[in-house]
Amino acid sequence: MTGRASAGGPSAPGPTDAVPTAAGSAPPSAAAGPGAVVLSAAPARAARRADRHTSRPAGWGAGPLSARAVDAVGLEARAADLAGRSLKKATKGAALDLAVRCTDFTTLEGTDTPGKIVQLCAKARRPDPDDPTVPAVAAVCVYPEGVPVAVGELAGTGIKVASVAGAFPAGLGPLAARLEEIRWVVDQGADEVDMVLNRAAFLSGDYRRAFDEIAESKQAAGAAHLKVILETGELGSYDQVRRASALAMAAGADFIKTSTGKIGTSATLPVALCMGEAIREHAERTGRPVGLKVAGGVRTSKQAWQYLVVVYETLGPEWMTPERFRIGASSLLNDLLMQIRMQRTGVYPSPDDFTND
Amino acid sequence: MAGDGPFKLDYAPSREGTDIVTIEPRNRLFIGGELVEPRSGRWLTTLNPATEELLAEFADGGADDVDAAVAAARRAYGSWHRRPGRERAKFLYRIARQLQERAREFAVLETMDGGKPIKESRDVDIPLAAAHFFYYAGWADKLDYAFAGRRAAPIGVAAQIIPWNFPLLMAAWKIAPALATGNTVVLKPAETTPLSALLLAEVLAEADLPPGVVNVVTGGPATGAALVGHPDVDKVAFTGSTEVGKQIQRALAGRPTRLTLELGGKAANIVFDDAALDQAVEGVVNGIYFNQGHVCCAGSRLLVQEPVLDELLDKLKARLSTLRLGDPLDKNTDIGAINSRAQLDKITELVAAGVEEGGQLYQPACTLPERGYWFRPTVLTGVTQSHRVAREEIFGPVLSVLSFRTAEEAVAKANNTPYGLSAGVWTEKGSKILWMAARLKAGVVWANTFNRFDPASPFGGYKESGFGREGGVHGLAPYVRLEGDNRG
Repeated sequence: MTGRASAGGPSAPGPTDAVPTAAGSAPPSAAAGPGAVVLSAAPARAARRADRHTSRPAGWGAGPLSARAVDAVGLEARAADLAGRSLKKATKGAALDLAVRCTDFTTLEGTDTPGKIVQLCAKARRPDPDDPTVPAVAAVCVYPEGVPVAVGELAGTGIKVASVAGAFPAGLGPLAARLEEIRWVVDQGADEVDMVLNRAAFLSGDYRRAFDEIAESKQAAGAAHLKVILETGELGSYDQVRRASALAMAAGADFIKTSTGKIGTSATLPVALCMGEAIREHAERTGRPVGLKVAGGVRTSKQAWQYLVVVYETLGPEWMTPERFRIGASSLLNDLLMQIRMQRTGVYPSPDDFTND
Repeated sequence: MAGDGPFKLDYAPSREGTDIVTIEPRNRLFIGGELVEPRSGRWLTTLNPATEELLAEFADGGADDVDAAVAAARRAYGSWHRRPGRERAKFLYRIARQLQERAREFAVLETMDGGKPIKESRDVDIPLAAAHFFYYAGWADKLDYAFAGRRAAPIGVAAQIIPWNFPLLMAAWKIAPALATGNTVVLKPAETTPLSALLLAEVLAEADLPPGVVNVVTGGPATGAALVGHPDVDKVAFTGSTEVGKQIQRALAGRPTRLTLELGGKAANIVFDDAALDQAVEGVVNGIYFNQGHVCCAGSRLLVQEPVLDELLDKLKARLSTLRLGDPLDKNTDIGAINSRAQLDKITELVAAGVEEGGQLYQPACTLPERGYWFRPTVLTGVTQSHRVAREEIFGPVLSVLSFRTAEEAVAKANNTPYGLSAGVWTEKGSKILWMAARLKAGVVWANTFNRFDPASPFGGYKESGFGREGGVHGLAPYVRLEGDNRG
């Protein structure tokens, strides 16, 4: 192919147009991927350009408030295009397995008794009792009171215990109490903390407070992974989603998460794409990869793999792991199990073949 | 779960089946409502450009065939144009519905004959073709309102010559307004993509369109020339290259024949530093790689404001690496086959000239199928206004990148071309969009999007991109004679 493009030209492969990245960063998907064809008859110009790249300033510049604008029409069109990707056969099987491995199996009800959490953990360890080859989920996500039970049930399994904390779901308790709650769940053994962005501060323009609260929460969480829930259904625009994403990442979030699942509008494909683009830009600028968690309303396998496609095509293969991508869900798991059984046996199972927890 | 390596989401092939399509080994002409053998006795062949496999033979219409088709259109004109608009509308609605009914068949055929991804023929070409028939069906009984205070009469027999990049869609663009206004048609499809027009002829017959109202004469350049030169043609509508457009204009000089031309382009896609960059990248990709760049209004010149030039290029290159090139019938394919060997040679030649003149070529790694005509999505950076690739229409998946500093400079560079079909502006500032749109000499200016089409929106060029408008109420004008209008 190279030959075709260069036919008639004196175009020996010149010096590569070195892939420019911000200083010290590891881009999620290298711009000039391996095998890319780069030709130039003007090496001097190429070198000048490379110089210009390396002198580009790293970091945030004007800070999170200068977050990239988002065009809603274009964003939704791209999300719809990605939703049309067709997954078949082995790819579908691998995607279903990955979706299970990326699941934060969740119960967040006022009625979550220890008994309920024991059941949830049993299913998390072995989602399909009849098929031990189905992988375990990534984590179990509960309210703080459930943490000690979950920690006991999951000890030694590698499955993480995640807890919401910080006056979930509104996040409007006194800051000291919120930080104390975070410290408490971590003391009890939670590996991951799901906190909420202070939307009251964010929407009133008090970005400094919204930022500082996340930074303090990050400190309170210590070694535990901090997921910051943006509650995108309350932010009003993709511009705001992008801005909140940038703010949370700059404040130290290890993951940014779409929703609490407690309001009408939860995760959507365009919102996930918007946050993925923000994560990609953050990684390009700082070198720090931040994870993405979609939560709320993800009930079918098809939705799950549409999210996987969005993450894959936006952030690349490095994000296709539970360390960087999660789906917060409860009823999704059984649908994934049904699809996996269908893939492996060729027979559509009955919903009653799977445990209801 | 720690230690899981990177996961490769290899989309398995998801191929649209071809069983739905039946291709006759020999395809005759459609004249006077019948399929007829060519009087010329000559046949041409059409290939699948993705496999180089022979698809079918089709008639190479000669002067006698053109004459028969024009005569059939003339005979049909008498009763057709006297039908009330609401009656003509019924036929158009019927055709539109039938296109929707048989959408999958048309999509697969279009992709096989032309090489475009099934995703595009399925989601763009066929739905838009149906939409054009629906739209102009709505005008057929409202012509008195389209030209307030003046009576609109049809012109007569329209000769319509269409290109190979959107074969069915261009047929719809041309036929729908002509029939709505009471004209009859002789349609000449492109030499490399005759099949969907012939399937359309089948649909027209099924819709009981009176014989001769639309005739399809396939063939090569000589067929087109015979049609343009036919003395009983009242109106010529041509979409294609500027070179052929000029030949047609010369051929019609001194004759009363009406003419509209929709020709080439070298559109500027202008990205300001305040644009929504991630969506701008999508728009740039859609602007130039849609339909392998075989789009007259393609955004083939990318003008980027200098502060975001490097960032945009990084994002663009990363995005290119995710484009999927290959089997056009695969639903996951983004980039299909180049339409013909001749076009591939032309693209190859121009890109080589671009590199020779100092442009830096970038192409993402992707495996090209062994057979068929393919060209990797290509970006040429370091291009200046004087380079051939910045001035000549390439009509392929090749983007030339230039930079600018101010809005004035962007306008000056965008307009500094013999063409003027389309332009794109990417900025979050509304006032800047309006300021730019008022100054860009282009028939279509897209703001924060590109290659969006709608039957209600007029489409056409400035300068060497042609004249006349298709689509919208404006698209009726080329097909009517207004009371008191003495031309023709």
